[in-house]
Formats: sequence, structure tokens, C-alpha cells
Amino acid sequence: MARPQPSITRDGNIEFIDAKSGPRLIHHGTRFREVILPRGTRVIHPNQPMEPLGNPKAAIRYALQHPEEMDPLFAQLRPGMKLSIAIDDISLPLPPMVLPDLRETILTEILKLCGDYGVDDIHIIVATALHRRMTGPEIRRMVGKKIYDGYYPDRLYNFDAEDPDGMVELGVTDHGERVRISRRCVESDLTIYVNLNLVPMDGGHKSVTIGLADYLSLKSHHNPHVMHRCHSYMDPRPEKSKLAKITDRMGKIVDANMKVFHIETALNNNMYGGPMSFLGKPEYQWSDLDRAKFQGMRALLEKIPEAARRKVFEQVPAPFGLTGVFAGKTEPVHKKTLEKVNAQYAVPVKGQADVVLCGVPFISPYNVNSILNPILVQVMALGYLFNMYRGLPLLKKGGVLIISHPCTEDFNRDHHPSYVEFYQRILDYGTNSYDLERFEESFAHNPEYIQMYRKGNAYHGVHPFYMWYWGDAGRAHVGRVIIVGNENERAPKRLGFETAKNFEIAFDMAKDFLGNQNPDISYLHIPPISIPDVEA
Amino acid sequence: MNAAAFYDVDGTLVSTNVVHNYAYYAMNVPSLTDKVTRTASLLASIPFYLVADKIGRKFFNDLFYKNYAGIGEDRLYVLGQEMFDTWIRAKMYPDMLDLIRRSRAEGYQQVLLSGALDVIVRPMADFLGVDAWAANRLEIVDGKATGRLLPPVYAGPEKANFVRTYAAKNGLDLSLCRAYADSGSDIPMLSMVGRPVAVNPDTQLLSTARAHDWPVLNV
Repeated sequence: MARPQPSITRDGNIEFIDAKSGPRLIHHGTRFREVILPRGTRVIHPNQPMEPLGNPKAAIRYALQHPEEMDPLFAQLRPGMKLSIAIDDISLPLPPMVLPDLRETILTEILKLCGDYGVDDIHIIVATALHRRMTGPEIRRMVGKKIYDGYYPDRLYNFDAEDPDGMVELGVTDHGERVRISRRCVESDLTIYVNLNLVPMDGGHKSVTIGLADYLSLKSHHNPHVMHRCHSYMDPRPEKSKLAKITDRMGKIVDANMKVFHIETALNNNMYGGPMSFLGKPEYQWSDLDRAKFQGMRALLEKIPEAARRKVFEQVPAPFGLTGVFAGKTEPVHKKTLEKVNAQYAVPVKGQADVVLCGVPFISPYNVNSILNPILVQVMALGYLFNMYRGLPLLKKGGVLIISHPCTEDFNRDHHPSYVEFYQRILDYGTNSYDLERFEESFAHNPEYIQMYRKGNAYHGVHPFYMWYWGDAGRAHVGRVIIVGNENERAPKRLGFETAKNFEIAFDMAKDFLGNQNPDISYLHIPPISIPDVEA
Repeated sequence: MNAAAFYDVDGTLVSTNVVHNYAYYAMNVPSLTDKVTRTASLLASIPFYLVADKIGRKFFNDLFYKNYAGIGEDRLYVLGQEMFDTWIRAKMYPDMLDLIRRSRAEGYQQVLLSGALDVIVRPMADFLGVDAWAANRLEIVDGKATGRLLPPVYAGPEKANFVRTYAAKNGLDLSLCRAYADSGSDIPMLSMVGRPVAVNPDTQLLSTARAHDWPVLNV
């Protein structure tokens, strides 16, 4: 890689490519590519990681003792009470963080208090919703050996949305949404929810109303009719997101029927540690050693098989830092968390783009220790990367989204069994969610998918539909998706994507499609994550 | 729903197999000498049966069911019910019972299809309240088992034939039907339906299931 020259027209996180600029790296699944960007391309870099709190344990203790609009946690504990603690699952944070995981640190503080106040009836529930069950070793990594040995598997376990006796209907909103939540939590004197908030869409009322809910509850908002009315998943204001509006309504029913003590944690975006730390910096800040490391890593990744490449990335946990911790009532807590999260991720951007380029990385919330299959590539492109904005979408309506990923037809059969059927059979009926929705119930109630969800490590049968709906707002907005570097022709076609052998061809295709030989191009240089705050 | 769910029994719904079943009979024959002889003979023959099963399920059946020669018909029925009540019922996989409950709720006809004997499968079919069942039958002459199976002998392709015939007779759409089995010998039956599922699969079935993206359940 030629040494990228600092551009003269660089302003904060925004860099404009000029004649002296070298190629830029772009994520390509478990590999990297270099892309020579057209002159004038706007590169949007993430913010540098915010300074983490110096003493996370003290900050957690302070939050527990000074909660928002609730009594301190210790004042809510009494001997003989029934306590449930729900924690986010393996989908957060991404990638998994260095040890100790923040959940272990928080749980340790909570359990210490419980010990002091004679609370023994404690269940710790991994709030998986319809995600796959975490394995024992994954849970041990998350909560630490001491808690694991003391509580697993009887008092530390994965949530089971299909347990016939495990759910309670708390009520129905005035819009007909059924609020069905874990019986153990509903029947507890107090439920504590521990959130890891990576991006603005995490946390708030979504935690309990989604993380501890079943299919009958989730279908209220996980459907094409709602998803088409979400204008950025990263802007959870009810007026911007129908999903947020509905979960707020459902959350009010939760608050009226359950005592929930919410703990939210804001993390910085320091996602690359150890030998990969240079990936957290823009190329123009790389040292000669960084460039040598990049070339070495790139060459290594090209030579080893895909499974080994995944292992390489899995071996490097993220050194995320805690930037804020808040506890108490859900809404005021989430408001404070959002301020911190937005301060880390929001990047002011002036003007939309005709073409947005983005690399699809090795990881998504749904393939930790697993494979990014074609359905997940779709949700990364149209669900997550497209939605990385506040204000206006970064891409103009009808514009071209160019992504980079091999997009092979690989699936993890134990984690994503129903994805295989969705991909092979359901996509025969097209890509329009309103047409595909009619098959949803048969997947949701499929007995073997339910069995694999409950006793194996499979995502719920209905999950691929959710992944498809999640891409709806993007699909409706984007004029064309072009995937570069695909190693399989069939997969992109089934997803409704076009293909290009290289970036140059992709840019030419975009120009032809737009009928504009000089389009505004933006390269969203992630990860680490950034969320462009776009103004007209 | 115009479809059925077909279940192999041994290894799929229950952790016992035909050798366990015969052992129960062997240990409960009335004569002490006969009991000792049959049990010892069974134990000594187990390695041969393992080899026979590798050669083919039909070959195994022809060899194995000879053990039943001489057992009275009434004893077969009485002990079959007793075996289910006292032993097999407790060996049924709870996860599969849950799966049957959900499958029935989805409107699937429930059908057991087993290479075990009818005297053993019948009590299970009654217990589960299935819509239909088929199992192997011993030839009875003068009130005693001869050790031969009456045709059709349900193993391998004959199970597939049953599924095909049953679907045709009942107007079922095979592409919507499900089948559950644990053994490579059941691949023909699984291949008949649109939704085959491998349950606790042996190596051969696991490899086929992976190759064809069939769901794999470990219960």
C-alpha cells in the first residue's frame, strides 16, 4: 500500500481524496481490500475513542447509589425477595470485549450488594429474545468464572421465549401490541436489566420489551409495516422510528406492571486492540510500522482458509472503554446514555451523497463465533450500514450503495438453520418483504426450528425474516446495491444486488445508473463505527 | 394442513432400540433355563448384530428377529404393554414429546413408522394418540412366534414406500410432510418428504444431513 498522503482538504473526520491521496483500506469480510477512490470522494472517518472513565468500578457503584428517579439499589433490596438480573447477550458489544467483560464487573457489584442485604433468590438471565442460546463457555467468558461457577446452569441461563410456562402477558397496548415478558422477571420483586450500549439503537425500552419477549410480542414491531416507517435505526426518537414509538408504548405497560431497575453503559469505539490497534486510526495517521503490520496481516489473511481467518479476528477482543454508566428508571437513564453514545459516534456531515461506499466487516450482531451468511450480508448492507445516520440518510434517495464482501453461500447450520431454508426457498418469491411475510408463521412455528432454538444454539426459525425486514427501509431508499469482490454470482442475485469485479467498475456502473458522470461519492470508513449526522 | 409428520421410533423418539426390547423379553420368559440361555445368547451375539446392522438393516432384521422364535403370542402382547409402562415410557425424549405437541398444533397428522415390533409400538402409539402407526409383525404359528417377520418388513426403502403410499392414500402433499429419524438406514424415508430432519444422527445420516442442509436435532 502506497503511503496515503494527508489530504489538504481534510476537516476533522472528513477527508476529501485528491491527486496525492493513496488507496484506502476497506473491510471485505475477514479480509481487507485497497480501494483507489475517485478524486473528490468524501471519506468519513470515525471519531477517535473517547477517554474512558478512570475507575469503572467506582462509577458503577456511584450509579447504583445515585440512580435516576429511583431509590438507590441497596434501598430496594431486602432479605427473601425475588430478584432477576437480565443481561445483554453475545450480540453486544462487537466484537466481544477484553476481559473482564463489563457485565462481569457490574454483576459482581450487584451480587456483592445482594450478599450484604440477604438477597438469595437471584436468577441471572441472558436476554437472548429470539437470538441463539449462548454456550456455557461463552457465558463463562461474559460473566467470569466465579459467577459462572456459582450460578450456572440453574440460576444463570439463557432466556427461552418458547418455554410453554415461561411467558406472561402483561397487557395489550391501545394499538393492539401484546406485551409478553419472561415469567421469572414479571414475578420477581425487582428486575435489573444490564445493558451494554454500543450504538443509539441499543437499550431503553427495547431491552425488556424485546430482550425478554417472545414471538407473539415481537411480531408487533418486527414486521415490514413498521420497518418501512423507521427513518434510521440509529435515531431512536419516536418521531423518527416507529419501532421506537411502539417499544415506548410497550415499555409503559412494562413499567406499570414490573419494577425494573435499568443499568446502561456507554462504551467508546475502541474496537481494535493489540496487533490490530492501527485499524482504529485513519490511514494518514499510520506509522511505517502500522503500514508494515497491515501488509503483513493482509497477506496472511489472503493465504489462510476462511475458518482460520475468522479465528484470527475472534482472537482479538476489543478494548472498549466505559465512558458512562447510568442506573434507575428506564427513560431518564436512556436519555443520559444516548448523550454519551452520540458524543462518541456522531460525525457532523454536510450534504448527502449520490454514491456511498462501505466495506462489510467480518462481524455483525448475529454471527459472533459464526459465519456472516448472505442474509446477514444483506442486513449489514441495507439494515445497518445504510442506517448509520442521524438526520438525513447519508445516501440520497435512489442513490447507489457499493459494498465490499465475498458474499459466499456459507451458513452455520447449527446457528442459522432456518436461514438456509429462507435463502434457498423463500427468496424464490422475490425480495419484497410484503410478499415474503406470508411465510413467516410457518417458520416461527416450525417444530424443529423451535427445538433447535430451545435446546441447541440456533436462532429462532423466524429470525431470517426479521433480518430481511430489517433491510426494508434501506431497500426502499436505495436505487441500487452493487457488491464488489463477490466470490459467488448466485448469492448477490438472490439478495437483489448487482455485482462488480472491482471498485472501478462499480463506480462506472453507479455513474451509468445515475446518469451522472460526476456524482457525489462518500466512503463511510467503518469500523470502528461512526454515525454521520447529516444535514442538507 | 395437508401433511403428516412421520417418526422413526428407536433412537428418535426413545433412547431404547430393538436389542433392548428383546432383552426385556429374554429376561422375562417363564422358564429359568430359557431365560439364562436367551440372555446369554443375546449378550454373546451383540458384536455380530453390530456387524449385521452395518451390512444392512434388512439383513440385521432377518438375523435378529430369529431370537423371538418360540415366544408365545399372548406373552409378546402382555410384555409389550408392560415394557412400555415400566421402562420405555421413561426413556422417551421429552424434547421429542414437545416437538410432537407443537407439530400436532400446527395441524400435521402424526404417524409412527418403526422397525420395532408392533407389540411394542402399539402402546406407544396409544400413549401419544397418533393418527396412524406401522411397525414390524412377527409371524405367529400355533400361537408362537416363528422368528420370521411378516412382509412388508419396515426397514430402509420399505419405510419410504410406506410414506409414499400413506401420503397418496390420504391425499397429503409430500413436499409439506416432515420425517424424523436417527439412522443412515432411514435416509430413503427422509428423502421422500420435503422437510426431513435428522435426530441424534449416526455418522452416515449426519453427513447426508449436512450435505443437504437438513436440520439436525440432538435431543
